[in-house]
Amino acid sequence: MQTRQQAYRQGAKDAFPSVIGLIPFGLIVGTASTAAGMDAWLALAMSIIVYAGASQLAAIGLMVQSAPMPIVLATVLVVNLRFVMYSASLAPFFRELSTGRKWLLSYALTDHLFALVNARFTPDGSHKHVDAYYIGGAVPTWLIWNAMVAIGIFAGTLVPKQWSLDFAIPLVFLALVFPALTTRTHWITAGAALVAAFFTAGLPMKLGLITAAFVAVSIGTWLDYRQDREKRIAR
Amino acid sequence: MSIATDWYGVVTIVGAGLVTVAARASFIVLPARTAVPAWLKRALKFVAAAVLPALILPDVLFRDLAPQEIVNIYRIAAALCAAWVAWRTRNIFATLGVGMAVLWLLKLLGSV
Repeated sequence: MQTRQQAYRQGAKDAFPSVIGLIPFGLIVGTASTAAGMDAWLALAMSIIVYAGASQLAAIGLMVQSAPMPIVLATVLVVNLRFVMYSASLAPFFRELSTGRKWLLSYALTDHLFALVNARFTPDGSHKHVDAYYIGGAVPTWLIWNAMVAIGIFAGTLVPKQWSLDFAIPLVFLALVFPALTTRTHWITAGAALVAAFFTAGLPMKLGLITAAFVAVSIGTWLDYRQDREKRIAR
Repeated sequence: MSIATDWYGVVTIVGAGLVTVAARASFIVLPARTAVPAWLKRALKFVAAAVLPALILPDVLFRDLAPQEIVNIYRIAAALCAAWVAWRTRNIFATLGVGMAVLWLLKLLGSV
């Protein structure tokens, strides 16, 4: 990757498999959006503005029940908190860029791009043209994702309500949860979240999700802290 | 029960966009050498394990209830089958396929 041109092309090439993988997921997110009762144009605007599938589904689930805006925003923030970790990991690569470019690249950040940059570059070594590489991957990702969501959105408006396609939303989350359960503490956290979600489901203003998530993260974090402390004492 | 293109929808979506870009930009735009606080790093490890189950449970139990129904039995059964598939295969499409198929089957049988 001597020239910027080569870096753009390499980025697009490396992103290709994950872009293909996004096609069905984008279709599902789009279809579930309108099947859940979201206005088609709002769903499309959301896909472009928010550009983060799981949080779009979480927000739509709340918006069709007219949850207060602060609750929706808090939910979106929590679902997207992983980006804070990615941001910390990518920051050294983007240090030399202008502020405007930093914001633009941030907007386009996805799970896959984070993984690609970390696989191809090291923060201490040479990361010449890393921004060109990133954009080379980001542009096809963005185009294909939003095109697929758009197709799904208009397909979703054609699906009869009796098909209960809104059930695809919890099913997508179900598929995402197991890879996240890597240790016993993570399983306990998930169990605590289920119990807390059950007992907070009746809370007004759809406060249940945020409350349950907060309780479960606190339990997981506390258990993890205690384990680390025991390990240190044992040593 | 479609949300019209009203101010609630528009403002909420713009807000959601701002919140998301703030999370993405956080450490990229912060001054160099800003470290992630240790407590935040620890808490972030458990966010996915906490949030996803909390999102799933109400959508499975309490959505689309028939009159007199306290929890949605069909959705619970379908979600348990889908959870087993998700756990075994880690495949999002197999999970979706099985979950939807079981739900449709149960609804079909229940309406006979």
